[in-house]
This record gives sequence, structure tokens and C-alpha cells, in this order.
Amino acid sequence: MLSNKQIAKSPRATYGQILVELGKENPNIVVIDADLSCSTQTKQFADVFPERFFNVGVAEQDAICTAAGLSTCGKIAFVSTFAMFATGRAWDQVRNTVCYPKFNVKIVATHGGVTVGEDGASHQALEDVSLMRSIPNMMVFVPSDCTELKAILKFSAEYHGPVYIRVPRSSMPEIFDENNYKFENKAKIISEGTDITLISNGETLIEAIKAKEMLSEKNISAEVINCPVIKPLDNKTIIQSAKKTKKVVTIENHSIIGGLGSAISECLSENYPVLLKRIGTNDVFGQSGEASELMVKYGLTAITIFEKSIELMGNNS
Amino acid sequence: MTQQNLSEKDLKDLQIKSQEVRRNVLKMIHNAASGHPGGALSCTDILVNLYFKSMNHYSDWDKDSQWQNRDRFVLSKGHASAALYAVLAECGYFDKKELLTFRKFGSKLQGHPSFGLLPGVEVSTGSLGQGLSISCGISLGLKLDKKQSRVYVLLGDGETQEGSVWEAAMNAAHHQLNNLIAFVDRNNLQIDGCTENIKSLNSVKEKWQSFGWNVIEIDGHNHQEIFDATQKSIALSNNNQKPSAIIANTIKGKGVSYMENNHNWHGKALNDNELKIALEELKG
Repeated sequence: MLSNKQIAKSPRATYGQILVELGKENPNIVVIDADLSCSTQTKQFADVFPERFFNVGVAEQDAICTAAGLSTCGKIAFVSTFAMFATGRAWDQVRNTVCYPKFNVKIVATHGGVTVGEDGASHQALEDVSLMRSIPNMMVFVPSDCTELKAILKFSAEYHGPVYIRVPRSSMPEIFDENNYKFENKAKIISEGTDITLISNGETLIEAIKAKEMLSEKNISAEVINCPVIKPLDNKTIIQSAKKTKKVVTIENHSIIGGLGSAISECLSENYPVLLKRIGTNDVFGQSGEASELMVKYGLTAITIFEKSIELMGNNS
Repeated sequence: MTQQNLSEKDLKDLQIKSQEVRRNVLKMIHNAASGHPGGALSCTDILVNLYFKSMNHYSDWDKDSQWQNRDRFVLSKGHASAALYAVLAECGYFDKKELLTFRKFGSKLQGHPSFGLLPGVEVSTGSLGQGLSISCGISLGLKLDKKQSRVYVLLGDGETQEGSVWEAAMNAAHHQLNNLIAFVDRNNLQIDGCTENIKSLNSVKEKWQSFGWNVIEIDGHNHQEIFDATQKSIALSNNNQKPSAIIANTIKGKGVSYMENNHNWHGKALNDNELKIALEELKG
């Protein structure tokens, strides 16, 4: 399942390409953007299908409701802007106008996490997963590479109902082998282990994979789980792994409040309580800087995962 | 489209229907012991006029082959739900008996309109400032499908204090949504008092005009004027590609002496005696 190639791809460019593909297959696909079509890459769709593309200008609330209205006419509405604005400014619209009536709207939001980089805290959505996860009828996805993003986009186009997909700004290393990847809408063990479970998604999954290698040098066998579907959460895979390792670390490019770590904590504390550490931004805002240095600053790299895992192992002995 | 004078009988029938809807609105709110009578009564004549005169719609919605070609109605001021429900029942979308389940546990007649429960409710509304944007989306969808259907949306005047209304107003004009007609229920009152004291709307007409809309101002309780303005809007929009706004000057609580122009009746239920007086006044 895993790729051997050492290449990185732009998830936003992938999003644009897939939109065009979907648009060719299905005339009911429409796309709405709020003046960020070059950034979100919905421009690729706009160039091929101008009549099915609607730019509402700098007006995210309008974008979400316009998408909802289009969906009532049988359209599959993909709406894109930055994660901060789609989930922050337009939250009420997403809740009341999209999710409450369960309309067929796909919110594909780019620029999630601290890896937005230089634009700084105002543009770094660290709460988007939390905000979307709390709304009934909403499915929440954080794909871990471009192959997975493609699969989730295609799944979303088929599924009838509201979907939130977070797409990072920066390039993502190829983790999955495109020719040998199957999206099953659940969490997946991508590397087995027996001593501790590392659960991640998005840009931090690769860091969890690296941390596993570091831990193995200390004779600690880590199980790595990719969890691109935060809602509905795949409780079974997570509980099974926790039963085996009894220790869990979650890693996400998001606040530790309300995102993947919270979802896993809720699942395990109700079903099979184990020692658990959440790694993510620790109830703080981000700042300007290069994506890579911000990953280090906010403790989202392999070394932090390694250290927290060692800590957790120590707790147990 | 040529102007058409409604006959004496048409006008009489519309007035009778309006009174019936008003009585039902008040019975529903009294029975629920909660709801929004003031704004429901101010927009009753507009709704009755649209549903009985101008809109193509099909109460036999699950059987009618023309249903896909229906005009759409969006109640952006969702708190006036009692008026919408009473009009839909009057049109035969569902049994009038169901009106008294309004706001009760398990009812299809939710406090604010909820999509999927009740035939005739196209979208969910209630959180103000969203209906016009939704209507723009519907309007774009209808145009994509080359449908002749129109979208009618009703906004409260207080509601237009929401900035998102103006995002949509700008969008509608830019995309030349000439199949869209927005009614503004200009009753001059909102929960906390007079709109001009809370946050002035001032020149409502000029605001919409400056956003690139056709604008017609009418007496929102005069059935001939409501009908004429609707027909004129259709003609104007067909010609100049602009969306149309109809500023309907109305009276909050219209038809009930003690409610008229009194903002305290925005969201308050009637007691037994108040209902009795109101129904007496609405007899004719």
C-alpha cells in the first residue's frame, strides 16, 4: 500500500485536477469559490467549465449558502475557500443551511494548519476540524497525501450529503502507492506494532511514520494508524489497536482541542481507556514563518512524537 | 407582460384567504404558547398573493409531473413560519388539522421552517440573513438547467441588518439573476423596537437600487399592488436582466388592533382572551 517514491505533490493542484475530472464525468458538478480560485485551484475547473463555476467574491457566507441553493436543484456543489473562513466565518451557514437540511454540499477548504506559514495566525485554521466535527450530518476528512485526497474527493462526489475536506497549502510527500491504494472510508493500520499506537492524518502522518523508525531503534514497536476519516470515526480499528498496545499518541496539524486527538480520546475513554497523549497546537495561535519551522515550533514533527512516546512508555513501567 | 386588474371577486377572495390565514396563524401561536405573530401578520398578504396569484406551484407535489418546474419560495425571515404553514395548508399541501401541531414535539411544523419534513418547505431557514444567498444558488441552478421557474424570497426589514444579505444582493445583480424576486417586509419594527432607532435602514429603496436591482415600492397589504408589482418585476427583469426587489410597506401585527405597530408582539403568544378579541376582529 505504501509508496516507495520520494516525491511530494501539491494537494491543491490535485484538487483542481480532480474537479476537472469529476466535472467531465458528471454535468451536475458545480464549483463555488470566494475570490481564492487561484489559491484553492478551483480555477482549473473554472477554465474548463466556466458556466458551472461561480465566483461570489470575498463573501464566504454567501458562498456556502449559494452552494446550498444550487444543491437543491440536484447539483453536487463543491465550495472552496481557506479553511479559516469556510469553517469560521461561515459556520452558521454550514450548520443551518447545509448540514441541518443535509444538502449535497462539499466544502473543500485549503490552508488548514500551521503549515499555511508566512500569512500567520489569522489565516492558519487550527480549529476547523473541531468546528466541522461538532455539526450533525457532517462528514470530516483530513487526507494524508494526494492519492488519498483524490480518493476522498471521488467518494464525496458519489456520497449524498455534506462533507468537509481539509486540504493543506504545502506539498505533501507521497505516502500511498497510487496503483495500490483503496479508500475504505475508515482508519487503517499502515504499519503494525505492539508497544504503542501512533494515530495521525494529514501532513503529520509522515512524521508518525518517521517516529516509528526512531522508536524502533529504542526497541519500541509502534503501530501507525492513518485516520483520514475523523467523522464518522472508525472506533473498531482504534479500539482494537489500543487493546493491543495499551498506549496511544495522536498527532495532528490542528489544535489538541476538538480535532483528531479529541475524537480518539472520546472513543477510547468510553470504550477502552488507555494512556493517551495528544500532540497538536496546544491551545495557542500560530504565527508567521516557514511551514517547516512552524512544524518544529509547535511540536508537530517526529522528534516530539518520539519524545512523547518514550514518556508514555515510561509512565507504564 | 400586460398589467392585469384583478377582478372584484379575485380581490375579495384574496382578502378572505388572508383573513383565514391570519386567524390560523393566531390559533397556531396561541395553541403553541409561543411564536412570532407580528411579523407573520405583516407578511400574510404577500404570501397569500404569491401562492394564489403569481407563483406556479403544485400542492399535489408528489404526483404532479410539473413539480420540477415549480417556482420556488424561500422564507428568509423564518420566524414568520406560522404564516407560511397556514398558507401552504390553505393551498392544500397538507391537512389543516396539522396546523395545531405547530411548535409541538414531533411536529413537521417546526418553530422555524425545516427542510424535508413538510411539502412546500424548500430549504431550512431561521438563522437570519441566509435566505437571499440560498435563493441566488437556486436561481443559478434553475438557469443552468434552463428552467423558466422563478425564485421568490421574503426578507424581513430588520433582517437586512445582517451583512450577508448584502453579499447576496451584490451577487444576484452581478450574476444577472433575473429569475429572482425579493420581497422586503418593511414593517419598520424588530424585536427591540423601531428599525430606525436600533440601526437605521434609512432609504431601503435606494439601497437595493444602488446594488443593481429593480425596485418597486408598494403597500404590502394591497392585493392589487402586490400582484401588479410582481408582474411588473417579472417584466422588468426579463427586459433588463436585473433581479427585482419589492419593498412592501406593511404593518407589524396587521389586522389585530392591539398588535398593530407594536414591537412587543414580535415574538409573544396570545392568551385565551387576546385570541378571542383577535379572532373577532379578523372575522370580516
